[in-house]
Amino acid sequence: MLIGVLLPLLLFVFPLWKITLEAPQYPTPLGMYIHINDFSDANPHDIKNINLMNHYVGMKYIPEAIPEFKIFPIGIISTTIIGLLIAFKAKHRWYLYWFVLMILLSTAGLYDFYLWEHDYGHDLDPKAIMKFTNPDGSVMGFQPPLFGSKDILNFKAHSYPQLGAFSLALGMGLSFVAYLLGKKELKNSKA
Amino acid sequence: MKKINFLILALISSSLLFTSCNQQNKSSSGALASSAAEKVYVAPGEHDDFYAFVSGGFSGQMSVYGLPSGRLFKVIPVFSQDAEKAWGYNEETKPMLNTSHGFIPWDDSHHPDISQTNGEIDGRYVFINGNNTPRIAKVDLSVFETTEIIEIPNSAGNHSSAFVTENTEYVVAGTRFSVPIPQQDISIKEYKGNFKGSLSFISVDPEDGGMDLSFQILMPGFDYDLAHPGRGASHGWMFFSTYNTEESHTLMEVNASQNDKDFIAAVNWKKAEEYLAEGKFTTMPANYAHNVYDEHTHTATSTMKKEVRILDASALPGLVYLLPTPKSPHGCDVNPTGEYIVGNGKLSSDLTVHSFNKMIDAIENEKFEGEAYGIPILSFEDVLAGTVKQAGLGPLHTEFDGNGNGYTTFFISSEVVKWKVGTWEVVDRQPCYYSVGHLMIPGGNSRKPYGKYVLAMNKITKDRYLPTGPEVTQSAQLYDISGEKMELLLDFPTVGEPHYAAGIPAELVKPRSKKIYNLTDNKHKYATTSDANVRVERDGNEVHIYMTMIRSHFNPDNIEGVKVGDKVYFHVTNLEQDYDVPHGVSMIGANTSELLIMPGQTETFVWEPKQVGVWPFYCTDFCSALHQEMQGYVRVSPADSDIELTWSLGED
Repeated sequence: MLIGVLLPLLLFVFPLWKITLEAPQYPTPLGMYIHINDFSDANPHDIKNINLMNHYVGMKYIPEAIPEFKIFPIGIISTTIIGLLIAFKAKHRWYLYWFVLMILLSTAGLYDFYLWEHDYGHDLDPKAIMKFTNPDGSVMGFQPPLFGSKDILNFKAHSYPQLGAFSLALGMGLSFVAYLLGKKELKNSKA
Repeated sequence: MKKINFLILALISSSLLFTSCNQQNKSSSGALASSAAEKVYVAPGEHDDFYAFVSGGFSGQMSVYGLPSGRLFKVIPVFSQDAEKAWGYNEETKPMLNTSHGFIPWDDSHHPDISQTNGEIDGRYVFINGNNTPRIAKVDLSVFETTEIIEIPNSAGNHSSAFVTENTEYVVAGTRFSVPIPQQDISIKEYKGNFKGSLSFISVDPEDGGMDLSFQILMPGFDYDLAHPGRGASHGWMFFSTYNTEESHTLMEVNASQNDKDFIAAVNWKKAEEYLAEGKFTTMPANYAHNVYDEHTHTATSTMKKEVRILDASALPGLVYLLPTPKSPHGCDVNPTGEYIVGNGKLSSDLTVHSFNKMIDAIENEKFEGEAYGIPILSFEDVLAGTVKQAGLGPLHTEFDGNGNGYTTFFISSEVVKWKVGTWEVVDRQPCYYSVGHLMIPGGNSRKPYGKYVLAMNKITKDRYLPTGPEVTQSAQLYDISGEKMELLLDFPTVGEPHYAAGIPAELVKPRSKKIYNLTDNKHKYATTSDANVRVERDGNEVHIYMTMIRSHFNPDNIEGVKVGDKVYFHVTNLEQDYDVPHGVSMIGANTSELLIMPGQTETFVWEPKQVGVWPFYCTDFCSALHQEMQGYVRVSPADSDIELTWSLGED
């Protein structure tokens, strides 16, 4: 349980997610890491170059900071403290509660990420240099995928979790395993 | 009659036989040997194995080719103004072409040589000489730009240069034409004894590559033609070929060809360093330009240097020895071990090879045959290692493959001849089209040649390509030398006259090649690294525009308040930080070239508007989908107008 609780802290070291944009003119693809508290370049100046590219279709600049960068770290630290208390003091039943809490928070985080992506891809400058429409006549959006790969005009966009997200998932998984083991132990001791 | 008919028939049929026979031979050899086309084909998107830096001769520049494909990548401006890259046109690079004679927009570039570490080419710099107004330039291979030029005083016809010692301690520059040193107003007829040669040693800072004219050796009034450094055992020596040891000053083609032997001058520069340390030099007043381009300020500065240290070869024993060498030797080449010094006697059919060990032996035993102006002359037989006999006509230059073979060009018989070092026997010969000068094996003048190809550089091409009027191209020819026999693979035109070239495996250069200049490192005096600092300032009749450019606009792009008679400086910073996104800028009526500005770089051009009106400027490099929209206007009012200076971007 202890390891499970501590693993999500790796989010402060490793990125959570990565969005990569591939196009023929970019033999080295443009890429952006999403950390729990920051956006960063995959290669120097990538975010600047993504912004430059996106301004043609009226997308906003990727902000220096978003409110989530403050909320997420607080969330992770709070849940870690709760987890630590549980690991040392509480019964295995609480392991499950922590696991469920984490599932709920992660889902909320992902949904928030989706909302941001949607806004980023759809809230376009009306004076955009190039305007594209879908076959049905609606304004084309440029939302990157939440998970997976997608063709967006001349780019192929990839969006996948990184080591930080894996640490979080593994930590949560371990807490669930700890719960199961605790349950088994209890059964055995009863028997 | 019948008999004659029969004869004709027999002739025709036999000629047919021969023809078909020939065709058969051709196709069978084609099937046996792998095709030349295959060997030089570098598929789209693939990279060449070698860089070749080829001198531009009278173009004054240096071009960069890939081998084996022969594709041209870049012409690096060195000694000549280049409007394409604003070299010598923008305010930043004008000082690079400054000399003691003022601004000189041209030179004649001859011999590139790559910097070395432990006798092996290291890919940091290429040095190249300006022959006409003596100069040495340094090209930095992290940016493929000329970053330093130093003028050579007391020199004329800076031909025996720019050759680099084993650890790039020095770049040498020997004078081809002897002149009065210091210069003075005397009759040309007083040449003999009064005209002198000088051999210059330019030190290279091991850290930052900075060049400094360390010392000059004062020599008799011969012509110092070419040079190469000793290596291995002969490290610490420099060898110069000479002609006109007759010290003639007119009708040189005859008068300088009278002596049966001229000399190779062996210069002990380690000894020179000792003499310098002992203070045995004189300090001579001089006046020469030292021009340095700073990568962070993106700006060159020119400084006039006022003195030079002189070592007199006639007065300092052990500094120079003369090795008699037949027939006005041209190229002076040293093999990879440093033991053999080749004198390519250009008026001969033989190739003379001297032995370094024999030379040292003769010096130690003081076996001198005579002296010239106090400089000991060794005996020809004492220093001779061997002769490559009857190898061709008019040997000019030799390079080595690292497998014990020498390759020599023969100008008159127009061929490359391969011979064995040590046995001096000719192994193979291949024709050149036509009149070959230098040849180059990558690393061929280092301890470690990469003996896969030899590049021969030809002076004339006549019918080799589609004709282009009276002036036709020079050329280079690539031979595969990996086998016993040389094989001609490729024939490609060059920029200007390719005197010499330097080649290096791509892997030694490629990883260090910069992609952009970091905007945060930009220390240009007039840089505008963010849009917040964009402005236009007036100082009397000078107007300074602090402008930025990024896809796809200038900031500002509307400027009013400029007046006829103003001197308008466009200081333009490219805010891009993406690979291969330069922007250009040009102004209608500006008496200069465009600017071509790399990401993160600042450049400046001057415009002196002469006519009232509204004048556009635009981006000259197709930068983006909105390139055509990348434009702006400057309103020019009469000289006495009181319209205020205003500037804007995106205002209605």
